[in-house]
Amino acid sequence: MFLIDCPHCGPRAQAEFVFERPVETIFSVDTPTAELVEKLYTRTNPRGVSAELWRHARGCRAWLRIDRHTVTHVIIAVALWNPAP
Amino acid sequence: MRGYSAWALLRGGLGGHRHWSPAWRTPEPARHYDVVIVGGGGHGLASAYYLAKHHKVRVAVLEKAWLGGGNTGRNTTIVRSNYRLPALQGLLEHSLKLWEGLSDELNYNVMFSQRGALFLGHSDSDMTRLAERGDALRCAGIDAELMSREAVAKLVPLLDMSDRARFPIAGGMIQRRGGTARHDAVAWGYARAADALGVDIIQHCEVTGFDIAGGRVTGVQTSRGAIGADRVGIVVAGNSGHVAGLAGLRLPVESQLLQAFVTEPVKPMIDTVIMSQSVHCYISQSDKGEIVLGGDPDQYPTYSQRGEPMRIEEVAGQAIGLVPALSKLRMLRCWAGTTDMTCDGAPIIDETPVANLHINGGWCYGGFKATCGSGWVFADQLATGRVHDLARPFSLGRFAAGAMQDEAAVGPMPQAR
Ligand SMILES: Cc1cc2nc3c(=O)[nH]c(=O)nc-3n(C[C@H](O)[C@H](O)[C@H](O)COP(=O)(O)OP(=O)(O)OC[C@H]3O[C@@H](n4cnc5c(N)ncnc54)[C@H](O)[C@@H]3O)c2cc1C
Ligand SMILES: [Zn+2]
Repeated sequence: MFLIDCPHCGPRAQAEFVFERPVETIFSVDTPTAELVEKLYTRTNPRGVSAELWRHARGCRAWLRIDRHTVTHVIIAVALWNPAP
Repeated sequence: MRGYSAWALLRGGLGGHRHWSPAWRTPEPARHYDVVIVGGGGHGLASAYYLAKHHKVRVAVLEKAWLGGGNTGRNTTIVRSNYRLPALQGLLEHSLKLWEGLSDELNYNVMFSQRGALFLGHSDSDMTRLAERGDALRCAGIDAELMSREAVAKLVPLLDMSDRARFPIAGGMIQRRGGTARHDAVAWGYARAADALGVDIIQHCEVTGFDIAGGRVTGVQTSRGAIGADRVGIVVAGNSGHVAGLAGLRLPVESQLLQAFVTEPVKPMIDTVIMSQSVHCYISQSDKGEIVLGGDPDQYPTYSQRGEPMRIEEVAGQAIGLVPALSKLRMLRCWAGTTDMTCDGAPIIDETPVANLHINGGWCYGGFKATCGSGWVFADQLATGRVHDLARPFSLGRFAAGAMQDEAAVGPMPQAR
C-alpha cells in the first residue's frame, strides 16, 4: 500500500484510489480498427516505470495521471489528467 | 533415479536414512539444446517432462531463481475442471484426468486429494447460473452435481446457515473430482522425473535476451552465457510481459498481484474446497491443518510480490461471514504472487510472431489446476511446431478476431476479473 499525493486532496491512502488503465491504452472514438485492437488488447506491461490513469474514487473523484514504478511502487509524478496534452 | 516406495523407505530406515540422494542433477548448461524452456515453475517443468517422455528431444529448463518459487509455490492449490466455456473445459478436463494419475506417473506423491470443489449459491439467480453451468458440464461429460441447501449444510456443517447470515446460502454445485494438491511436490515431482529422462534443469539462470536472426529465434542470452536452441518456450507466468518484451513483443497481459493467507493449524474442520458464485473468497484446509484463504487480486499493475494489507481484512471478513468459527483463529502468514492477467482471463498458448519462439502464459490466477494439461499440450507444440488442438482456442490472434474466451464475461479489463 502506498500514499498518493492528490493535487486536490494531498497525500491519501492508495485504498481511496482506483487504477483505470495504462496511459498507452487510451484511445479516442475515431481510432481506426487495427489500432483500436492494439490499444485495447496489448500492453507494454513494463517491469519499471509505468504511466497510468487512476481515479480518486473515494475522494475528490479527479482523474489522475500517475507515473509509478511497478516493482518498488515509488511514485515519480501525480498530475491532474489532461486529455489534450 | 532410485524409485520411491514404502519398501525403499523401510529399507532406508534400517540404514539410518543415509541412502537419500539429490532428486535431480545440477548440470552445467550445454551450448545448444533442441528446446529451451524459460521458467522452472510447474508449467515449464511439466512441459519439459512430457517433451522428454513423448518426443525424446534434448531439453533444458532455465530458471532464474529456484524451482517452483513463482506462482507454483504461492498458490492456493485448487484443482477443478468445472468451467463454463467448452475450450476451457477441454483443456482443464484433460488436465484433471492427468492429475488423477500423476503421483503414479511421476513416482512422487503430489498429495492430490479429490475432496470436492464446492461452489456456494447465495440467491435464486446464483442457483440458476450454477444449474446452467452444471448442465453444460454434464453435456460435456464432466461431473457436476447441484446441491440443495440441506445437502450443503450436511457437507460443511460449519457454514453459517442461519437466516441472518452475512451470505445466505441457497444451495451449491460440487465437482466431486476436484480438490487440492501439494504445490511444491508438483514442481519437484515433475523436475525429478524430467531429470531422470535427461532434461537439464538449470537454476539461478536468468534469461536476459533472445538471439533473433531473420525473424527466427536461435537461442537465449542468460546470466550464465548464451545457449542455442532450435525452439524456445516462454513459461514465466507473471513475468510474461517482461520476458516477451525482451524479444520486442507486446502481449495482452497485465501483471497484477494475488495474495493468499493461512491461519494457524487446527484439527480437521473443512474437508472440501469452498468457493462461491458471488463472493470472491475461497477456503480449504491444508494437510498441515492450516486454513488456506484467497480472495480478489490487487487490481493494478505490479511485479512487487507484496500485497496490499486491505485485502487481509476483506478476505478475513468474507471467510468469517461464510464460516463464523474462523474468527477464533489467528492468521499466520500472507504472501503474494505476480499473476499474468490477460484481456479475457484465458491463457495464451501459441507461437509468437518471432518464428520458433513459443509462449505459454496468461494463466491469470487460475493456472495451477492446468499444470499437467498445459505441459502436455505445450510439449506437443514445442516438439512439432504446431499448436495442439486443445490449445488452439488460446491463440494470440483471438483478440483481433473477436474470439475471446471470457469465462467471466467482463470485457477487456485485466483488473476486472
Ligand atoms: C496467491 C495465488 C493463488 C492462486 N491460486 C490458484 C488456485 O487455487 N488454483 C489454480 O489453479 N491456480 C491458482 N493460482 C495460479 C497459479 O499459481 C499459476 O497460474 C500457476 O502456478 C503458474 O505456473 P507457472 O509454472 O506458469 O508459473 P510460475 O510457477 O510462476 O513459474 C514461472 C517461473 O519463471 C521464472 N522466470 C521468470 N522470469 C524468468 C527469466 N527471465 N529467466 C528464467 N526464469 C524466469 C520464475 O522465477 C518462476 O519460477 C494462484 C496464484 C496465486 C499467485
Ligand atoms: Zn483527490
